[in-house]
Amino acid sequence: MLHTFVAYVEDLPGVLTRVASLFRRLNININSLTVGRSERPGLSRLTLVCEASAEAGHRIQASLFKLENVVDVDDIAHAPAVTRELALIKVAVTPQSRSQIFDLVEVFRARIVDLTSESLMIEMTGVESKIEGLIEVLREDEGRILEICRSGKMTMRRGHHVSSVLRAMGAGEEAEASNGGAAREEGLPSTIE
Amino acid sequence: MATKEGSNAHLNTPTRLTGAEIMWATLTGEGVDTVFGYPGGAILPAYDALRKFPIRHVLVRHEQSAAHMADGYARASGKVGVAIATSGPGATNLITGIATAMLDSIPMVCITGNVSSKILGTDAFQEVDITGITLPVTKHNFLVTKSEDVAQALRHAFQIARSGRPGPVLVDITKDAQQGTAIFDFEAAKPKPYRPHPMLSVKDTALGEAAELIRNAKKPVILAGHGVIESGAMEQVRTLAERAQIPVALTLLGLGGFPASHPLNLGMMGMHGEAWVNHAIQEADLLIACGMRFDDRVTGKLTDYALKAKKIHIEIDPSEINKNVKVDVALIGDLRQVLEDLLPRVGGRDGAAWLKTIDASKGAVAVRDIKNLPDSGHLYAAHVMHDLWRITGGNAIVVTDVGQHQMWEAQYYHHEHPRTLVTSGGLGTMGFALPAAIGAKFGSPGKDVWVVAGDGGFQMTAAELATIVQEKIKINIAIINNGYLGMVRQWQEFFYEKNYQSTPLVSPDFVKLADAHGIPGCAVRTRAEVAEAVEQARTTNGPFLLNFMVEKEDSVYPMIPAGSALHEMLRRPGHRAKDPLEETAGE
Repeated sequence: MLHTFVAYVEDLPGVLTRVASLFRRLNININSLTVGRSERPGLSRLTLVCEASAEAGHRIQASLFKLENVVDVDDIAHAPAVTRELALIKVAVTPQSRSQIFDLVEVFRARIVDLTSESLMIEMTGVESKIEGLIEVLREDEGRILEICRSGKMTMRRGHHVSSVLRAMGAGEEAEASNGGAAREEGLPSTIE
Repeated sequence: MATKEGSNAHLNTPTRLTGAEIMWATLTGEGVDTVFGYPGGAILPAYDALRKFPIRHVLVRHEQSAAHMADGYARASGKVGVAIATSGPGATNLITGIATAMLDSIPMVCITGNVSSKILGTDAFQEVDITGITLPVTKHNFLVTKSEDVAQALRHAFQIARSGRPGPVLVDITKDAQQGTAIFDFEAAKPKPYRPHPMLSVKDTALGEAAELIRNAKKPVILAGHGVIESGAMEQVRTLAERAQIPVALTLLGLGGFPASHPLNLGMMGMHGEAWVNHAIQEADLLIACGMRFDDRVTGKLTDYALKAKKIHIEIDPSEINKNVKVDVALIGDLRQVLEDLLPRVGGRDGAAWLKTIDASKGAVAVRDIKNLPDSGHLYAAHVMHDLWRITGGNAIVVTDVGQHQMWEAQYYHHEHPRTLVTSGGLGTMGFALPAAIGAKFGSPGKDVWVVAGDGGFQMTAAELATIVQEKIKINIAIINNGYLGMVRQWQEFFYEKNYQSTPLVSPDFVKLADAHGIPGCAVRTRAEVAEAVEQARTTNGPFLLNFMVEKEDSVYPMIPAGSALHEMLRRPGHRAKDPLEETAGE
């Protein structure tokens, strides 16, 4: 099954190697990995997606926690969560084909972010299947796609959720206050796809 | 000496020191009095500063031995062992020793020098990416490039090494970080309290379930591992066993965690465990695993392992839960603490029927000791171990190498106390015994230390004989010499049609080798000579080497072939009916 882990790690040299090395050792391929700054100073947040057996989730999470630089790990395989991916796609265009791409971009609710006489760049955010859909349609015309750059999945649990680890670190309470209390766990609003 | 005594003052008053001085001052503050190392270019500033500090440096002959010594020191004393090496080859030589400590959860700090921070990553002379290389075999490691970070990194390293499930930590300090200066403030460098693993969990309900399982069990067995010793839970395990009348089986690294002479002690489990121990496990309806990790040498074939038993797993490392064996109740925490929480819920039990069943399965074997068997003129390793145990009163620290002799030691030397067996269990590192014994002697100077090594493994680190002499320490060495890489030969005999490829082994005359180092010794060829020789070694003032010329093609029995179930064991073959050992370990 597909596992998704969200982890807070210390923002230091070599930390990503430690995380990646753990998966290498378990002979698990990382499908996607996104890392960036988090709301907490000195901590990066990463979303890691990998394919492994259902029972492997516990051990991976426990092993990630054993890394000294890993502060928190959330296994959100079954939790309600919002997952998004960003893609930049550069396509070759002629003055004749340009308007056709514009239509496609409109339908997929993507954006044109760069335009030259020979190419244009599409920015698209969405779930994986939506991005795959656009790429598939663009591929109908052979040789049109010049480059694809995908961010990998970013995931966040729905509703108000602060792990016990982060809550123990204190900063969770600030987040709670700014979100207007802890009552938002119930009645998850449906996100707009 | 005035400087030496004055050096502790740094611990109380923040002072400007070089990074090298900070390194030693921090070690002093962490309670280190002995380190094992080998100097070289990138660690020279540290060696230059050593004279100012009250720390004894043991010069090794190879850095692998430095790591094994730090390991042996830690195993014998319970304290953190420290090994030091220079950059490049010095650092890479440590790796086998670090991996050995990692697999056996030994608290250890390795310090390596590295080239100056400005030329890191340029393939400078003797530069190697040691933090990269050791990443999978350390609990954590640090690269320190600034003098002001030395104290903090080292203190953090000690904390990590000894906290939770212990393990080795490496601190790589660049030459410029050793040479530069910074304000040393020992107190300020103290790390934050150690973060317990967030998945530690001992819920009340789980304790209740565990107690319920124990109450209802008809055939329970306690599996006691290395965690008993690391956690210091010997009393708690004993109380549990005695109160509920539960027999105790031990892993190799658990030996000593429960007294061998205790009536509830079954002995060692697993590949070379006695038949009744493994039978008891296969027949059990409840296993209480205490600080052990269901290693493949312990379980045999997993799909056939203890199928009738419910399992309670008390373990400090959550990643061990359900890794090999699926358990019914997991109590994830420090063993001693968990048992203290569990014990008030456990009442007396009548275990007589189950204990009687196990006793019956021992048959005559358990009561018939080899000392009562007639001397056939052959010298078997078992005789040596038995006499060694008898004459040392079981009070020595025995440091074994890896192979047949290691298993015979485990079978015939009865360990009453924790930290009296030092052996490489997880990694199975040949060459471990001699250097680890040196470390153990420093870690526990009041105890007799015995090396028990095969002729193969001994030659891997035999250069450390010189270290023994230079350091003027008393180590007794027993070489179990059978002219083969015995355990590999045994596998070739059983599983490779006696194709003894590359296992016959020519050795130097070990007695002459010892003599060349100024160490007395003698060869022992018959059973009758064993006791006297052991006594002579023991009472000699200074190191002594005994070269036991034992039966060449003897095998360790019983044996569960790798990948077989615990009950599918190989016994000592019947055709050797006159074999004086036939009715001991084999039956």
